[in-house]
Amino acid sequence: MFFQFGVPLALTIIAIVFVSAMFGLQKLLAPSNPYARKLTPYECGEPPTGRAWINFNVRFYVIALIFVVFEVEVAFVYPIAAVFLDWVKHGRRLYALSEILIFLLILFVGLVYVWAKHDLEWIKKVPE
Amino acid sequence: MSLLNTLPDYVITTKTDEIINWMRKSSIWYMLFGLACCAIELMHTGGPRADIDRFGASPRASARQSDLMIVAGTLTLKMALRTRLLYDQMPDPKYVIAMGSCASCGGLFQLAYSVCDGVDKILPVDVYVPGCPPRPEALTEGLLKLQDKIMTERWLTKAPTNGNTAHA
Amino acid sequence: MEPLAIYNRVNEKFGDRILEVVEKLPDPFVVIDPGALVEICQYLKSDPESAFDCLSNESGVDYKDRIEVVYHLFSYKHRHQAVLKVKLPREGASVATLENVWKSANWMEREIYDLLGVTFEGHSDLRRILMPEDWVGHPLRKDFVEPLEYHGISTVRESPIIRLK
Repeated sequence: MFFQFGVPLALTIIAIVFVSAMFGLQKLLAPSNPYARKLTPYECGEPPTGRAWINFNVRFYVIALIFVVFEVEVAFVYPIAAVFLDWVKHGRRLYALSEILIFLLILFVGLVYVWAKHDLEWIKKVPE
Repeated sequence: MSLLNTLPDYVITTKTDEIINWMRKSSIWYMLFGLACCAIELMHTGGPRADIDRFGASPRASARQSDLMIVAGTLTLKMALRTRLLYDQMPDPKYVIAMGSCASCGGLFQLAYSVCDGVDKILPVDVYVPGCPPRPEALTEGLLKLQDKIMTERWLTKAPTNGNTAHA
Repeated sequence: MEPLAIYNRVNEKFGDRILEVVEKLPDPFVVIDPGALVEICQYLKSDPESAFDCLSNESGVDYKDRIEVVYHLFSYKHRHQAVLKVKLPREGASVATLENVWKSANWMEREIYDLLGVTFEGHSDLRRILMPEDWVGHPLRKDFVEPLEYHGISTVRESPIIRLK
């Protein structure tokens, strides 16, 4: 009854077998010789100074957050588009259209807010 | 969990050893370590006319992704410390080719105060390629000699008494 | 302008600070008092007749009894050259920096400090430029003795003829 999942299942099994075969062969056959100098962070030959973990700018986080929200919105719009013609055939075109437009409008308000607050700008101007 | 140096010698493993060695020798990725004029010839060797990519040797910029270090050029004492660190940071199994006379013995600049006479003062060298600079064909032959050396390595059988085992 | 004409003009202005004018081909040079170096160079740079806007080379020379610092000046405006020399004692060799007059003197003075040990007073960043930071000694001095090893790397290489015997 779930026959449409046969192909993805076969692909999953092949992927798992392939990757574990690679790792298994590596465990059996590869020489492993770690010592302190080999494990130092790579800095093109210079002795490494300072920490490897540094603070990075928060704008990466902000852009990623905005992306996630609107990506989910787009993901919700895809099934609507898939069944839209079906609903039109049953005469419920206006209902479906107004539903999806209200959904997009609510999220558009969010986009306007983010835009006005200058969170979409990568290089921000320093306030005078 | 490793099988290295465990199987007694009534188990025929030369075929597996050959396969492993053949796979290793056919894709030696070398680190671009051009220090001086030999670097130009190294670039030519990787270029289209005398192509070592047909032997599987692809240039890598990072020590972490390479298994061959071609020391091409004069090694100064200031650079020698960094060279040793880069060699240490390469993953096993690793090989070194000393290209040119400066890397083999200090070359033209042996008497200088700042030159390290030969890279074998700090690293174990597998193949020396003489020349000033060696032609791309000469470096290619050096690489092929290194491939022959890789084919003689034994990884799975028990250690023979004359010692040519899995490297530490 | 011919170099000698330039030196004569400088002589008029700073007569007592010029120690000697030597007419040696191809480059006649003038030896000046180390204390007046910056003043003379400022004059040579700003005076419209000489207008030396480029310090094309600055190098040090180690003679057995003294160290000399040689300055080669060039003018793009008038296309003429001049050579100045300063004689310093070998112990505690020190002279004022020309970094504030010509910016290119920065690295050239670092090189002279690194290889000959001449200190330049007023230099903003006097540290070794060619040798490693922890090198001991100044290699181009005539009395420099090469160390036997550096960080464990020996600087002696025996001849392969001995090794192969």
